[in-house]
Amino acid sequence: MNNPQTDNFPEGPSFRRALNARYRSASLWQMVFLSALLIAILSLMTLLYTVADGAFGYVAYEYKHDPTEFSSTPLNELGKDELLSILQSNLSAGAFKKLDNEKPMASRSHADLYSLFLERLLQIDTKQIWSMTDSFLHAAEIRAEATHKYPDAQLEFRSWLTPQFLSSPMSSRAEFAGVRTAILGSLWLVGIAILFALPVGTGAAIYLQEYASKNWLTKIIQTNINNLAGVPSIVYGMLGLAIFVRLLEPLTSGAAFGVIDSNGRTVLSAGLTMGMLVLPLIIINAQEAIKAVPDSLRQASFGVGATRWQTVWHHVLPNALPGILTGSILALSRALGETAPLIVVGASTFISVDPSGPFSKFTALPIQIYQWTTRAQPEFHAIAAASIIVLLILLLSLNAAAILLRNRFQRKY
Amino acid sequence: MQNNPPEHTITTKDLSIFYGNFLAVTDVNLNIESRKITAIIGPSGCGKSTLLRAFNRMNDFVPSSHVTGEILLHGQNLYGADIDPVEVRRKIGMVFQKPNPFPKSIYENIAWGARINGFKGDMDDLVEQSLRSAALWDEVKDKLKKSAYELSGGQQQRLCIARTIAIQPEIILMDEPASALDPISTLRIEELMQELKQKYTIIIVTHNMQQAARVSDYTAMMMLTGDSRSGTMIEFSETKLIFTNPRDKRTEDYVTGRFG
Ligand SMILES: Nc1ncnc2c1ncn2[C@@H]1O[C@H](COP(=O)(O)OP(=O)(O)OP(=O)(O)O)[C@@H](O)[C@H]1O
Ligand SMILES: [Mg+2]
Repeated sequence: MNNPQTDNFPEGPSFRRALNARYRSASLWQMVFLSALLIAILSLMTLLYTVADGAFGYVAYEYKHDPTEFSSTPLNELGKDELLSILQSNLSAGAFKKLDNEKPMASRSHADLYSLFLERLLQIDTKQIWSMTDSFLHAAEIRAEATHKYPDAQLEFRSWLTPQFLSSPMSSRAEFAGVRTAILGSLWLVGIAILFALPVGTGAAIYLQEYASKNWLTKIIQTNINNLAGVPSIVYGMLGLAIFVRLLEPLTSGAAFGVIDSNGRTVLSAGLTMGMLVLPLIIINAQEAIKAVPDSLRQASFGVGATRWQTVWHHVLPNALPGILTGSILALSRALGETAPLIVVGASTFISVDPSGPFSKFTALPIQIYQWTTRAQPEFHAIAAASIIVLLILLLSLNAAAILLRNRFQRKY
Repeated sequence: MQNNPPEHTITTKDLSIFYGNFLAVTDVNLNIESRKITAIIGPSGCGKSTLLRAFNRMNDFVPSSHVTGEILLHGQNLYGADIDPVEVRRKIGMVFQKPNPFPKSIYENIAWGARINGFKGDMDDLVEQSLRSAALWDEVKDKLKKSAYELSGGQQQRLCIARTIAIQPEIILMDEPASALDPISTLRIEELMQELKQKYTIIIVTHNMQQAARVSDYTAMMMLTGDSRSGTMIEFSETKLIFTNPRDKRTEDYVTGRFG
């Protein structure tokens, strides 16, 4: 051990002391990371709890009219035929005809007729609603308060998220409003956005990675794409308004294809705007995925006399596909949740007709949520909370579908 | 046959290869004889791979690289304006240092190159022939549909050789094809090369002096020279001369392990 450098390393007890110090700082950092994780989980739980808190709970409600005015049968024993005759005899002839035209009354379900009965005849009137936490913790007080303040009212524990809520269109009364139109609008929107952005973005990424020579121009383009990913979404809304809604109105309104009586504020315009919004995201992700394909694979392909296009099509793309799809999952989530650009390009705030094609007027879930949260009546806040749950579930299931698709393409080496 | 003059396939004339301004290989003049194995040896960084990749224009993928001088294949300049590099690579196949089969089935690994080059014959036949020529058929004939990644490193490298043979090239370039393999796999590749030289011209880069001595007919010795430290060929002759009676002192030092 006469190497002079050996003396510069701690030995024996002093080495152990130094080692203990290293372990101490290591466990300190470990604690820091763990608490970061806990904070993240906690915030997420709080978020979910707040949403659920609003979507479930006690409601006190009255009927404007007494059920006995229409029938002597107790409400929960009313049969389908009886409901039909009650509606027929109590609604105005015009109103009944209108409903019958929408969907023949005789073919409607019991639940459908019952909700018509509640909405049109009994005219439910929500007096007060309580949060889920209150409903669980202070059930007795709530019951006492309700009987005291609203002696005629009924009290029930309600989930605002019901199958009815999913399948009903928009309504001016929170008790009967649903999100069907908004869900369909959101699906159309995301579908159009991905249909536009995925091929265009992947194409651009292929060009940038595999064809473009690395010069100052590509550097500028690359920097711009990276920056575009961070541009506030409202700016994309303005862009969409100027280009798709106004400039390309003949195309986006469908006027050029024979659609009459329509303007540029269609689901197509909004979808394309969303497509622009997620385009940088998709390009960057696809580039990363293409970069991750090992060069040895490209060399192998060129080595057997493949052209660049054959190399890209047969080797680079298939191997980058899982990564590209991961990018589209991110894009999907972004498009589903964005609100600001939709407001700018003109999503409808009150619409009860399902979108039937690219040239339809539309609304989307975030717009609907935003609308309802701005209303004064608390029952609208409750259905806003319920729609947030719908939005989250939709998000998770679309992502799950995309992940399943990706795993199918994942290569098993 | 024996009295015929040697037939040259690749001939280089004052070949220099640059990466940007960096002169990696200078002034190489050599003749590669047909259906023989030519080894390129020399210390690390002297430009062996660079030279080898110039032969089938794989260096084209390094944007900064360019060559001066000529590489002639049967008298035709491979860097001439009328030459398509894809065609060059079809005639001059390459086996890389690390086995790099396609992430496809064993069958597809062979078939793909042939298919994209417009092969019209019986594909099953071609796959079998190529695998037999690469001495791999018996090991894989029952699992042609399995992923090539399930093979051992040595088998993968022979699959890569089979893939190259399948497109019927004239010349096969090999850049340290056995450096990632164990001695037994290495031996199999060497035996294989002896088989292949009946039909193909082979150029191999190797760091293994015994390998060069065992398998090659000719040897090109490269070395970093001059102030610019660029690689050049300092000696080229029959292998047995290089190893028993080298003309250049540096070659002698290198092949006997006294270099550096
Ligand atoms: N793509 C490249 N870009 C720039 N310089 C390169 C590139 N590839 C190789 N070089 C340089 O060219 C010189 C020769 O490299 P080359 O890979 O041909 O050496 P080699 O003889 O094959 O070495 P080894 O035995 O280690 O494989 C080296 O100085 C290397 O740094
Ligand atoms: Mg090398």
